[in-house]
Amino acid sequence: MTAGRRWAILLGAAALVAAAGGFMRSSYLLGMLVFIALNAMAALGLSLVMGFAGQVSLGQAAFYGIGAYVSGVLSASYGWNPWVAMAAAVAAGAATAFLIGLPVFRLSGLLLAMATLGFGIIVYYVMVNWSGVTGGPSGLTGVPPLAVGPFRFDTDARMVWLAWGWLLLLLGLAGNLVDSRIGRALRAVHGSEPAAQAAGIDTARLKLGVFAAAGASTALAGALYAHYLTFINPSPFGFAFSVELVVIVVLGGVSSLWGSVLGAAAVVLLAEGLRSLLPLLSASRAGAEYEIVIFGLILMLFMIFLPAGLTALGRRPA
Amino acid sequence: MTVTDQLAQYLASGLVVGGVYALIGLGFVIVYSVTRIINFAQGEFVMLGALLMVTFEARGLPAAAAFACTVAAVAALGALLERAAIHPIRGAPPLAALIVTIGASIALRGGALVLWGTDPVALPPFSPGPPHHVLGATVVRQGFWVLAVAAVVFAALWFFFTRTYPGTAVRACAVNARAARLMGIRVDRMFLLAFALSGALGAVAGAVIAPITYATYDMGLMLGLKGFVAAVLGGLVSPPGAIAGGFLLGLLESFSAGLISSAYKDAVAFIVLIVLLLVQVAGWLPWRVAEET
Amino acid sequence: MIAGPLLEVQGLTKEFGGLTAVRAVDFRVAAGQIKALIGPNGAGKTTIFNLISGALEPTRGAVFFEGERLPTRRPHAVAARGIARTFQLARLFGAMTVLDNVLVGCHRRGEAGWAACAFRTRAMREEERQLRTRAQRTLELVGLEARADVPANLLTYGEQRLVEVARALGMGPRLLLLDEPGAGLSPAEHLKLAVLIKRIRDGGTTVLLVDHHMDFVMDISDEVLVLSYGEKLAEGAPQTVRRNPAVIEAYLGEEPD
Repeated sequence: MTAGRRWAILLGAAALVAAAGGFMRSSYLLGMLVFIALNAMAALGLSLVMGFAGQVSLGQAAFYGIGAYVSGVLSASYGWNPWVAMAAAVAAGAATAFLIGLPVFRLSGLLLAMATLGFGIIVYYVMVNWSGVTGGPSGLTGVPPLAVGPFRFDTDARMVWLAWGWLLLLLGLAGNLVDSRIGRALRAVHGSEPAAQAAGIDTARLKLGVFAAAGASTALAGALYAHYLTFINPSPFGFAFSVELVVIVVLGGVSSLWGSVLGAAAVVLLAEGLRSLLPLLSASRAGAEYEIVIFGLILMLFMIFLPAGLTALGRRPA
Repeated sequence: MTVTDQLAQYLASGLVVGGVYALIGLGFVIVYSVTRIINFAQGEFVMLGALLMVTFEARGLPAAAAFACTVAAVAALGALLERAAIHPIRGAPPLAALIVTIGASIALRGGALVLWGTDPVALPPFSPGPPHHVLGATVVRQGFWVLAVAAVVFAALWFFFTRTYPGTAVRACAVNARAARLMGIRVDRMFLLAFALSGALGAVAGAVIAPITYATYDMGLMLGLKGFVAAVLGGLVSPPGAIAGGFLLGLLESFSAGLISSAYKDAVAFIVLIVLLLVQVAGWLPWRVAEET
Repeated sequence: MIAGPLLEVQGLTKEFGGLTAVRAVDFRVAAGQIKALIGPNGAGKTTIFNLISGALEPTRGAVFFEGERLPTRRPHAVAARGIARTFQLARLFGAMTVLDNVLVGCHRRGEAGWAACAFRTRAMREEERQLRTRAQRTLELVGLEARADVPANLLTYGEQRLVEVARALGMGPRLLLLDEPGAGLSPAEHLKLAVLIKRIRDGGTTVLLVDHHMDFVMDISDEVLVLSYGEKLAEGAPQTVRRNPAVIEAYLGEEPD
């Protein structure tokens, strides 16, 4: 796809979203649109990590949390301008991913997956226990919404514009990236690592770059989440969300950029559908908890019966 | 309580928990060495072991029979998981298999939620009575059961792997699956056996720990991950290593909770994991945790 | 030409466990040469390539390129010094087009980073145009310009080997390592390959190649090195080597060609 066509498609999508934000009245539906955008943004980087670096991060929720807390704490507790706080959050996400990736990308894929999982859980414990800064389990309130002059992104409709604006921008940038010198190198690494190295590509550094970019985009989504809800606590940033992001990528197809949007839409709609259906099936029990069963089954069935995307995850050692 | 009493207490509780981690870690090691798959559902075997034990006892089975039924049921489930989810994707990359087992673990946890609900359930200790006092430490009776059962399992596994034909065949597959196949060993049966064994080990761990910690549908994730860290500590392919790793992790947790802070008790295992992997990458580790890329 | 050889291999030894694949091999490649490594299967030819290109770490010995020691276990850093290679079994990026494969070879000639690529800066677009022109020209050199937009895995085997050569040439190497470039080619394709390799040399790129095919090697090489069981057996001009009794016994005798 040429760069021009890519941006034309994105502009079309932007017009649709603008219309949705302008004409939809149901804040329930608008909220779902916001979450589709946030989850897609968080999964976008992971899909590059899975698709091009052939690695799985099981701790991606940590970057979402880092983005939310860095932006939330800096703006709510220290009075930073929310945009500056958000930029700091993105930088923190990229820097953390870089530092974690530096040693960890020399491990085999399985250990890398488990190391990122361990990292995610440690970050979760820090959010819960570092109450002086994070507010502990009860969380942090009073995160200011983002604003441009007097125009505050404090309604669901405005947040749809903001979140989708960022998402489409990221999709455009990622599309440019894939279709460039760096993107060719990434696809080459995916194709044959020894051949890519023989062509002078520093594959370890490239993978680290993808991981850092994923950390940045996921942290951006987290920061937007914090300024949208104006309240954060640790529970959405646990292991379950890391798995949800993997589900989004697997559903949408690894290394497909729009796939993460489709996957995010599917997951958000499915979760909402289950939430409204399940209490009818069994009124006595905690309905929301059931969605994890479905996610687990989807993950399993997709991996077993649609193995086309599997090759992205590296070859089986001989 | 004197300082020595306290240290004895940390030591005792560390050993008891460590015995459980060792059992779970062994499950990871057996599956990984034969199949090169990290079975994320290992922790759910523990959870099912605990909850099934409670259910069987509630249905009136005596403890020993309930224990046997529990272990058999979870072993069968392990084998079923292998047939239903691992066998269809044989030849797929290890990360794909990891994702499949993550899916399986979530589905199992959800299934347990449907069957048992969210409330923790209690299991009576294997033998009733007040705690014992050993060297200044107070140890609940079930703690001795944990260590005794673990010791029996370790001995039985040692016998199985070194003195029986199927055990030797499993080891052969772990060393070189292709050579084992050429020698006439049915490698796919070994996959099945490895998953069944790891199911049994998880069930044992769950059944013995349940009287101490209660049983809940979501207990598997943490226990499983800690068992994994125990296995990694011991090199991921070494059963004695996993046992040592389990006890080491149990002791580290219990002493750090006692001496530093209990707030981060559950994070200790993951700090250990990451430090261990970093040390290996730096080349300072005298043994290899697992292959690097 | 500059004083001293382009490539100098000193006491190169590689042991795999108890097996010595390469034992204390010394040789030099002068700039502007076509040099061939020949020897029976298992003689250590490909191992030497992997040691030079940094895919393997030597047990002992070192490789010097333009007078400087080459890094080990960092193939991309060796490539950055100006050494390109092909593989015994072609390792193309099958899902990518032929042109994209060659563009990957040009990776080191570009500089656009992550940000420049994501934002498609003017400098990045200008660089991309230059790289494409260069890749096109390289494809013309190997005669595949008509296949530029075809996915690499749809080409014939012979064409795939040529794409690999083009990809290696894309980086503008000073030394090109060709690992059995003629394996599996038809006689006609062999002839074309010989012409191509000579043309590459005449264009200023030194070539070091490994091959089995005696006539092919003797025809195009300026110098031949014969290996047997990891050791150097003979070295010199093709005609001299061909008459060497040790070579006849070890290699030609077994496998009359």
